[in-house]
Amino acid sequence: MTGAAAGWTAVDLTDISKRFGGVHALREVSLRVRAGEIHALLGENGAGKSTILKILRGVQVPDSGSIAIKGESFPALSPQLAREKGIGMIFQELSLVPTLTVAQNIFLANEPLTARGLIDDRLMERRAREIFALMRVEIDPTAVVADLLTGQQQLTEIAKALSQNAEVLVLDEPTSALSPAEVDVLFGLLRRLKAEGKAIIYVSHRMDEIFMIADHATVLRDGRLIASRPIAEYTLAGLIADIMGKETRNLSDFVSESSATDEVVLQVEHLSSRQRGGDISFSLRRGEVLGIAGLLGSGRSRLARMLFGLEPVGSGMIRLKGKAVTIGSPTAATEQGIALVPEDRRRQGLVLDHSIQANIEIPILKRLGRSFFVDKKRSRTITDKTIERLAIKTASRAAPANALSGGNQQKIVIGKWLATEPDILIMDEPTAGIDIGAKGEVLRLVRALAAEGKSIVFISSELAELIAVSDRIAVMAEGRLVEMINKSDLLTGDSELRAEQKLQIIVQQGGRAA
Amino acid sequence: MTETTAGTQRGESPLAYLKRTWRQNIIYIGFVVVFAFFAITLHDRGFLDPNNILNIARQTAIIAIMAVAMTLVLSSGEIDLSVGAVAGLASVNTALAIAWGGLPAGIAAGLLTGIAVGLVNGFLSTRLLIPTFLTTLAMMGVAKGAAMWISGTAAIPILDRTYPAIFGGGNLGPLPSLLVWMLAVGIIGHIVLLRTKFGRQVLAVGGNVMAARYSGIDTGRIKMAVIVISATTAALAGMLYAGRLQTGRFQLGEGDELSVIAAAVLGGTSLFGGKGTVVGSIIGALMIGVINNGLILMGLEYSQQLIARGAIIILAVALSQAGSKSGQG
Repeated sequence: MTGAAAGWTAVDLTDISKRFGGVHALREVSLRVRAGEIHALLGENGAGKSTILKILRGVQVPDSGSIAIKGESFPALSPQLAREKGIGMIFQELSLVPTLTVAQNIFLANEPLTARGLIDDRLMERRAREIFALMRVEIDPTAVVADLLTGQQQLTEIAKALSQNAEVLVLDEPTSALSPAEVDVLFGLLRRLKAEGKAIIYVSHRMDEIFMIADHATVLRDGRLIASRPIAEYTLAGLIADIMGKETRNLSDFVSESSATDEVVLQVEHLSSRQRGGDISFSLRRGEVLGIAGLLGSGRSRLARMLFGLEPVGSGMIRLKGKAVTIGSPTAATEQGIALVPEDRRRQGLVLDHSIQANIEIPILKRLGRSFFVDKKRSRTITDKTIERLAIKTASRAAPANALSGGNQQKIVIGKWLATEPDILIMDEPTAGIDIGAKGEVLRLVRALAAEGKSIVFISSELAELIAVSDRIAVMAEGRLVEMINKSDLLTGDSELRAEQKLQIIVQQGGRAA
Repeated sequence: MTETTAGTQRGESPLAYLKRTWRQNIIYIGFVVVFAFFAITLHDRGFLDPNNILNIARQTAIIAIMAVAMTLVLSSGEIDLSVGAVAGLASVNTALAIAWGGLPAGIAAGLLTGIAVGLVNGFLSTRLLIPTFLTTLAMMGVAKGAAMWISGTAAIPILDRTYPAIFGGGNLGPLPSLLVWMLAVGIIGHIVLLRTKFGRQVLAVGGNVMAARYSGIDTGRIKMAVIVISATTAALAGMLYAGRLQTGRFQLGEGDELSVIAAAVLGGTSLFGGKGTVVGSIIGALMIGVINNGLILMGLEYSQQLIARGAIIILAVALSQAGSKSGQG
């Protein structure tokens, strides 16, 4: 934006091509990143972002094309060489050892030694403290990583890269697990690093972040370079058009009339968690989509787990169709017609090594024939129907879940729960980390399910999406449900603010009254 | 992100299929290769003699039976190190019970030994959350000690005539009854793991215990069941030893746990859970038996046999795992 740095070229990947078997992962893609610039690398899942980053990290060797780091040319990089040349990678799935301390992680495999050749723990801690001081963040180097908040872990990763004198920082979806406050800290740090002349490559699916932080955007689609321009030249619609390559659906398309009926299927009264307390009351009607907004740690996922029998309830009452129930286990929840699409699809949702069919079978084993044996034919039919209905892109139902992209993996998780034919579907961040195309499909599916008469509890941190898909939105703060908003209240009214902004303010304040 | 998917692909020639999946099937290829190698090099020393082949089967059957249950245990992400010692304890209890109350008492005593040990192992692992590696390691010592104590370290003869005929001593038509036991346990195990709801749950628990829990599986119950099945099968193995040798003795089954785990892993079952094949485990056990037998016929000394056997097993496991690290994205 400022163009002030007008930095020299830190990374220059030119005409890179890479094939995996018959698939062109990259065709003559170039990526030029200058020092003192935050460079957004954008594209849907499968566009080639990961591949080009792997080439930059030295994990993959390109078939053709040239690589130059700080003006020095290489035919290919190795992970060691990339690190030596100052490429630092901050992983989406954090790569810290949870049982070691912050300082031990920062200097892992790179530990400073004492004169006697033993690891110098004190020096390590001092240097870690220095790095954190430079970053202007407060993290205790002697703390064990497992005890840190996600945001602090992310910052530790960055400290680790900086300790290795990284000149080029690659951040892949760095904010996906951060609270807004943590995002602010991260963005502040990125801006300072940029001012110091670091080159930063930033991968994210969140467009609002891109416009907030990036200077330049390179867009890939289907392994090709679509555009590389200063972000100032882009409008949101233009950028999304480049990423998706077709007419994009405005989120407001989803603002359809409500399919909610008068029949209350779920009534929650003063529900609190045994361990963490709280106070949640709401009712959910047949055919209704209830959005749940709130900051990270506001108790949204805990509510989902309590309703699904995964977290003990302290006090309060849950009524299903007017009848008071206790839900002691996921099995009981499933039998009562409740399903949960959990927050972390890779850890909680899927057996990654197992086939799509095997994953879909797990929660519906009881329905697959009454006998001891699995009714394979029925299972195949259900799997094929699910693949068709959710448009899961796969070669076969026997493909392992981890061969699919994030969006398609998420569809398997949704599909396996739809196969249980629930009355109430709870979805916890169902669109996190999936590309815009898949996101639109998920949102449309939610509306379609509601129209079929299912009731949906939709938890999300993306407010635009919440507004698009919900009939009403509940705002949570510190384990309590503090506000229930009708969507129409957000969309109408005389305020100058857009609906998301109004909602954001309520979320940030922890309720309208506050 | 662009990787292709595994599984059978339409319009593929058998050769191409084999080329793509040979590493998964390495145990079968390996078994054929090893067998052919000994058949050719040792044809003049009676390797292919029907008696020798039956001998191999007889020696391997008990390991194979335990390997079937171990396949379930490993598939669920657990391990059972106590199988050998439990076999010894069951053989002692069976022999003593036969002397005291005849055949039914003997059979009941043997099986109850397994169920009891399994319940203890299972309780410690699923309720007190002690890893099975530790509970079964400790149980290995406890079971062996109990067997030594009860028997006064002496061999206890089985005088009943019917018992050995049923449990591993006699023949059923042309087949040694041990082989029949192996086939029966193998077929049941194969069907349980592959075709039943219980088997699906075992694999899901081993593949991702958290996802299994979120999917409504009672993971503790599944683990408990698998652990009890393993101990009971180990007890059955001990009863077969006792029948074959017409003796109950604490040393029976000693050290078998390693052969059993080796057979399962050799067959393609993952030590980390989520993946298991009963047929592979049985072939794995047979392969170890063939190697042992072949090396003896070749005239190798015991010390050399140990080294050669270790090298062959490592080679087979290395080949089967080298290609299984799937590239990520």
